[in-house]
Amino acid sequence: MIPFGNEQPRRPEEKGPFVFRLYVVDEGPSSARAMANLSAICKNHLPDNHQIEIVDLLQDPRRVLSDKILATPTLIKLSPAPVRKIIGDLGEEAKVLLALGLQQRTT
Amino acid sequence: MGSPTENQDVAGLHKTPTGIEGFDLITGGGLPRNRTTLLLGGPGSGKTVFALQTLVNGARQFGEPGIFVAFEENSRQILINAASFGWNLPELEKKQLLFVDAKMRPDVIKAGEFDLSGMLAGIKAEADARGARRIVFDAIDVLLTLLDDRSAERREIYRLDDWLSESGLTGIITAKSQGDDPFVGEGYGFMQFMADCVVALKLRVVDQIALRYVQVMKYRGSSFAENEAPLVIGASGMEVADISATTVAPETSQARVSSGVERLDAMLGSGYFRGSSVLITGSAGTGKSILAGAFAEAACLRKEHTLYVSFDENPSEVVRDLSSVGIRLGPHVKSGVLRMHSARAEASSAEVHLMKIKGIVREHQSRCMVVDPLSAIVKAGGALTAGRVAERLICLAKSEGITLVCTSLLQGAQPLSEETPVQISTIADTWVHLTKISQAGERNRALSIVKSRGMKHSNQVRELILSDQGIALADVYTAGGDVLMGTARWQKEAAEQAEQERILAEVEHKRREVALARVELGARIEALEQELKQKQAEAERSIGAEARRKLDLAKRRKELEHSPSAKIFKKRPDNSQGAGKKTTPGRRSPKGDGQ
Repeated sequence: MIPFGNEQPRRPEEKGPFVFRLYVVDEGPSSARAMANLSAICKNHLPDNHQIEIVDLLQDPRRVLSDKILATPTLIKLSPAPVRKIIGDLGEEAKVLLALGLQQRTT
Repeated sequence: MGSPTENQDVAGLHKTPTGIEGFDLITGGGLPRNRTTLLLGGPGSGKTVFALQTLVNGARQFGEPGIFVAFEENSRQILINAASFGWNLPELEKKQLLFVDAKMRPDVIKAGEFDLSGMLAGIKAEADARGARRIVFDAIDVLLTLLDDRSAERREIYRLDDWLSESGLTGIITAKSQGDDPFVGEGYGFMQFMADCVVALKLRVVDQIALRYVQVMKYRGSSFAENEAPLVIGASGMEVADISATTVAPETSQARVSSGVERLDAMLGSGYFRGSSVLITGSAGTGKSILAGAFAEAACLRKEHTLYVSFDENPSEVVRDLSSVGIRLGPHVKSGVLRMHSARAEASSAEVHLMKIKGIVREHQSRCMVVDPLSAIVKAGGALTAGRVAERLICLAKSEGITLVCTSLLQGAQPLSEETPVQISTIADTWVHLTKISQAGERNRALSIVKSRGMKHSNQVRELILSDQGIALADVYTAGGDVLMGTARWQKEAAEQAEQERILAEVEHKRREVALARVELGARIEALEQELKQKQAEAERSIGAEARRKLDLAKRRKELEHSPSAKIFKKRPDNSQGAGKKTTPGRRSPKGDGQ
């Protein structure tokens, strides 16, 4: 169960690319942390196998209601199924990996 | 305590009316405009209803669109829950009302710190687009629990507050408090400090009856009524019973209405004052309901719309029971002149009862009202509340110009004590007291007028007699300091009757005796007169004979004197006069002129 950061995880490509959408508020400190944490996770666990869409709610505020975003930052894993919603700055990496289904694959 | 009148605020403080009846009065106009109001209350105290009603009223009455952000309940659930209030939410939702589902789904994973800035930005955009003027954040406590960190909670609350003051919206934030006291637990102290207005809603259960109250705890820059005010959630939403603000300004009337009992009308002058309130007290079975029923029937016969509120008795029972003493309400119920309203006292709080009665009175346009018994309201959640409700019921009747007759049961073993359990005797205009007097093996009903404002009234006790012909009042007798009623009164009456008859008979007897005596004496007088006449006639006859005889004698003497033989007797003329003749008694004068 202990992740080994540099060890190659099992090929996530089997499931196709990971598509993320991250809702942020520009200039918000937690949003900045979330972007940093997400890119680190992707780099470590999903190299070359991910897409990240960043939505700045200050730029596009109507998406708050249409996409039902309560907290910022919010990360949505759109694919592979199932769709997952994670709120917070993604600072608790273990929880994030578990939620994304990446944790098991690393062992 | 601030008096809830308008225009007492410091300069620049504008208010947003909630449209909740009573609440705008105690706050002098509503919630602070463009500022934050914190609404605290335990579970089920009515926070959501209050907040939602403020939005609905804003949209419907004041043309102010609103946004409802629900952290705890799904907006569909809220719509369903509020459907019974008849606010027509689905229609409002199309334009003037926006529901934002901010309930965190359970499958959302929290991994790290987050804030509300994104959501607030989104809502701001929506509010601007819709021209919203009011916003509610319902159950902020649910969101705060998610933050799971005191400092983060504080940070987000301040963010919300800043956002609200910048947005120009009038905001209501609701939060659950634990128990009755919103200051206990949870540590919302900073929220209370931050908010411009803090309103606490309370739910208490007294004798298994739910009682709601609202209390304004803080209102920056404004005076307000500080006391708890009863709150009712009824068929069309929430209502605050504003005790302090109730103004009684009824038109006083000199007109009278019949009490339904002729003699009672006479005792009062000529009936109750129109628009006054009458209290009939008495212990069980003294005839309170019947007296009230008589009033109702009289009102119906005058074609006045009448409301009969009976606690703990069905309308049909009331009608049946009253018909046994000749009070017929059935036809009036049918014609709609009489409206019967029955309620189980324990079923809801006194406030709720009052609200229902109010609704019916307005709809039915009642002119007269009977509440039987008002004391049942005591069962509906404590004497204190009941007293206030009773007071407000009387105020309601007064302000609507309704003549109100209510009965009140006297509890306990002191039938002669004239204390009403509900202390309304002071505000009732007329107080009729019924007692049962136990005497000589029977109990009889006695009626007296304890007070009657503004009219002369009899100070005498009357006996109340019920029969299938109706109600009658009878004089009572006092004998040796005791009031005689029932059989004793009847006996006394009978005895007096007999005495009177005896006297009459005696008089008659005397009169006859006199008449008889007169007849007898008359007869005797007649007999004597007859006798007298007879004697007179006899006397006359004898006098006549004497006179004739004398004349005859004189004549013969003359003849003799002229005859030749006359000289012979001329020698002794005196002796010849009386000799050989029958004469009248000696006392007669010789000339015989006595008769």
